[in-house]
Amino acid sequence: MFKNVSLSLAAGQALRVRGANGSGKTTLLRTLAGLAQPESGEVRWQGRALAACRDVYHSQMIYLGHAAAVKDELLAWENLVYSARLNGRVLERRAAEQSLAALGLGRAAQLPARSLSQGQRKRLALARLHGAEGEAAPLWILDEPSNALDQDAAAALCTALDRHFARGGMLVYTTHTDLPLHPAQALELNLDRPAPTSAAPSGASPC
Amino acid sequence: MLTAFFGVIRRDLLLAMRNRADVLSSVFFFVIVGALAPLGLGPEPAMLRTIGPGMLWIAALLSSMLALNRLFAQDHADGTLEQLMLSPEPTTLLVAGKILAHWLTTGIPLIILSPLLALQFGLPAEQTSTLMASLALGTPILSLIGAIGAALTLGVRGGGILIALLVLPLYVPVLIFGAGAAVAPDPQAHLFLLGGLLAAAVALAPWATAAALRIALE
Repeated sequence: MFKNVSLSLAAGQALRVRGANGSGKTTLLRTLAGLAQPESGEVRWQGRALAACRDVYHSQMIYLGHAAAVKDELLAWENLVYSARLNGRVLERRAAEQSLAALGLGRAAQLPARSLSQGQRKRLALARLHGAEGEAAPLWILDEPSNALDQDAAAALCTALDRHFARGGMLVYTTHTDLPLHPAQALELNLDRPAPTSAAPSGASPC
Repeated sequence: MLTAFFGVIRRDLLLAMRNRADVLSSVFFFVIVGALAPLGLGPEPAMLRTIGPGMLWIAALLSSMLALNRLFAQDHADGTLEQLMLSPEPTTLLVAGKILAHWLTTGIPLIILSPLLALQFGLPAEQTSTLMASLALGTPILSLIGAIGAALTLGVRGGGILIALLVLPLYVPVLIFGAGAAVAPDPQAHLFLLGGLLAAAVALAPWATAAALRIALE
């Protein structure tokens, strides 16, 4: 799908993966998240191969893919509570409701996810990022995070991402609409262009 | 670690509560087969008593297999399975939680209902309790082995048939010892063997299922 991709990311940096439909953006993101294995080459976290530090890596990384990972039958706040438990964290109902209220889902928190609109579902998926800025989960991998969001929600997302950068967080993302982000350094990787120009946005770094 | 394990179980039980029709359909199947078989086979008590346990075991086996499709398919479709694989907690443990929840919703009702259906076949109390014991030991094995099949066929079209082909040969020993226990004059040996099978399945199946899921998601 793609080859000769080499990149590294340091604290505060954001990497935007560009490319036409089918160029392998999602595959690259899934590979970085550890869901897919590269045919050759490897992904390293803090200098160690992913296979060697899976637990640590997954506790410091949040991946949000195309599918929202939202259960239709559960209420919005239950979705948040159980996804936190899946990661071994206990989230109280009240805390979940506060996160949802902060994202403009205050009233929708008591509704089954089935009855949420597409944009609200996306907000619910993004609610997982709430409170995970910076140290808590230094690496966020987001596949089209602003899809289906209205202007207010997209602006709120950008604020959250900027807060993430300010606390030393890293971001790898794809998007079809430009997001006004202010990372310490904005990098780009274009999967369409021939390899040498697209490769190696920056030098050696913690990631 | 236990937070995640019990979290998965509670979530799946909650989902089963909200999707009651799905759970009831496999239980209903068990009841229908168990209730209709004596009517079709004729009223001879001696014959019913000999084939009763076998019939009930076949019904339990098929009804447990009916529910296998659901085990991972929905989680796969809505992206929850990806998040499960990305959890820092051991995947094997989370998978074990899902299998346990599956057994609680498909296996336990069968065990509870089996004395009622045993009445249909005129089984004596002693034989009924042996049948319940063999179901209690056997149905978790069905869920555990079935989970491997469900994970291997995840995302494959026509997965239902494929699961049956993969899983049925592995179900055969469970069926033989399970049904055998309720008919044999001395059921202890059968029950011990079932216990051994259960121990092996508990140790191996969650691990194999997790590996199969990892392949399915790539």
